[in-house]
Amino acid sequence: MSFNRKTLFGLASAGLGLTATIASADGELQLYNWTDYTSPELIEKFEEETGISVTLDTYDSGETLLAKLQSGAAGYDIAIPTHNFVPILISEGLIQPINASELDGYDRIVPNLASPWWDEGNVYSIPWHWGTTSFTVDTAVYSGNVDDYDVIFNPPEELAGQVAMFKSPDEVITMAQVALGLPFCSEDPNEMQQVLDLLMGQKPDVKTYNSDGILERLVSGDVSVHQNWNGYSLLARKEKPSLQYAFPEEGVVAWADSLVVPKGAPNYDNAITFIEFMLEPENIAIQSNSSGYANGITGSEAFMDEGLKDAAELSPPEGTPLKFIESCSPKAVELQNRVWTALLK
Amino acid sequence: MERLRHYTGVLPATFMIVVFMLAPLTIIFVYSFLTPGDYGGVKFEFSTEAYTQLLFQKNLFDEVEFDTSYLTIAFRSIWVATVAVVGSLALGFPAAYYIAQQPESRRNTLLLLITIPFWTNLLIRTYCWILVLRDTGLINNLLIGLGVTDEPIKMLYTEGAIALGLVYTYVPFMVLPIYAALERLDKRLIEASRDLYANRWTTLRHVTLPLASPGIVAGSILVFIPALGAFIAPDLLGGGKKLMLGSLVQLQFSAARDWPFGSALTMVIMSAVLICLLLFAVNQRRNEGGFQH
Repeated sequence: MSFNRKTLFGLASAGLGLTATIASADGELQLYNWTDYTSPELIEKFEEETGISVTLDTYDSGETLLAKLQSGAAGYDIAIPTHNFVPILISEGLIQPINASELDGYDRIVPNLASPWWDEGNVYSIPWHWGTTSFTVDTAVYSGNVDDYDVIFNPPEELAGQVAMFKSPDEVITMAQVALGLPFCSEDPNEMQQVLDLLMGQKPDVKTYNSDGILERLVSGDVSVHQNWNGYSLLARKEKPSLQYAFPEEGVVAWADSLVVPKGAPNYDNAITFIEFMLEPENIAIQSNSSGYANGITGSEAFMDEGLKDAAELSPPEGTPLKFIESCSPKAVELQNRVWTALLK
Repeated sequence: MERLRHYTGVLPATFMIVVFMLAPLTIIFVYSFLTPGDYGGVKFEFSTEAYTQLLFQKNLFDEVEFDTSYLTIAFRSIWVATVAVVGSLALGFPAAYYIAQQPESRRNTLLLLITIPFWTNLLIRTYCWILVLRDTGLINNLLIGLGVTDEPIKMLYTEGAIALGLVYTYVPFMVLPIYAALERLDKRLIEASRDLYANRWTTLRHVTLPLASPGIVAGSILVFIPALGAFIAPDLLGGGKKLMLGSLVQLQFSAARDWPFGSALTMVIMSAVLICLLLFAVNQRRNEGGFQH
């Protein structure tokens, strides 16, 4: 039961925060991360090794993170944006350089995530997790081929009315764009009209647009198809083996989350300590074991759980394109916004 | 000296009003006339587009056309809030009436019971309704187990579920003011009415209800206003398939990155609520005037 898990998570982090304040001899670290995306075990280990007490705050979308940093409500030492937000955070002056290449353990970052296009030279960021966005299907309900976008956008009879989508314009729209073979961040009204048509056609089969409680809805059988991230799909499969993550041949949306330090971070040195801590294979592996996502540190496999290293969710079939999302122009965002309002009005 | 004391006396109140009301309102007002920044925030360039956007929108092809999207969303929210008021009144009035009839010691216990749900976070309480209402939830499992039905009855992700969630959330706001009005009610008036051969129903209609009306009005306002901006129940119990005013405003400050439009929406909603309250107040005063003559 994910709901219970979530509550426990909350209690556990609250408990951590509590014990931490008692032992806060060596300062504090304000961590701002996605919901259900921080291993309590990891935080405990960090606090024990460094004596720094960690306070965790969470958000549910990249837009929330952006708005929060923009409002000047800083006070965070570490934030974990998705890669396409990193250039925006840099150009808006919301994060500060950490010169990761000079840090201990920098050379452990895997080659294809070192010095990526969104942060050349790793001046501002190091990788946290990377993963894909596709959808999870209950094969006990539908036994056909799941690796097909029609299963979610134009569901077969068994799955009619059993679909759930994320409640986030960019995540819903990017998946529709991959399914239609269109480029991301389109500024072409005709292309966006196609996206809108696809989503409008799907809407009667959608039970809910919601990015929270995904596991619960899937495991309880409330819905049988759910837009999902690969790590979450893995966690769901552990509780209900009939759940399968789809890799349609058109490709899947891909993303990489990064550790960054917001401008005005009150504990810059502790943030750097945390980043170096996360470059240790053993530590990032604890985090992967908890969240079910791959990471970008060489040597971490040795510390990863069996069943995670070779999980189907983490290994896209040969030839399935990984489509890394991009940073969209204001014009493209405006079009996305019009599609979303038209869809839900 | 007297005057100085007078001014220091009102300082805390002035501070409250300026810091917690006027200052934020001014910011919202100013923002609503600015241009949206590229990645959220605002650019300091004057524009009234946020307001024209309410009724005239560009479609995907940049053609400006009269657009009822936002009106539809507004009317949906008003409708849902009205249902919440009517539902809370239907449940809340009898409850308040019953409590007011009890001996004093018992009344306090009952009032305490009314407030107990507030001890738990709203989000968690709403989540619990999901567990009760969904296809694989408590009610459907029970009905299927008893053989009443084979297929689960669709209850979650319907408009009925939204109404239920809102009534459940806001009914205490209806009970408490009505109870306060009924408790003050002079029992001798009811006895007089019975003495004059009015039956229970006539007494209720001509004596109790008019005297309880300030409580009913206050309760209705207390339910209507938060229900108008509610988005937890519509999102979780209604499935978030149709936008409400609350989620529309929230969307502008997040994914849509259009803070001026979000501010303009807030200003319009607030003005509308304020006008309704003023009309209520004027009406109320006129009624009271009539009563005294």
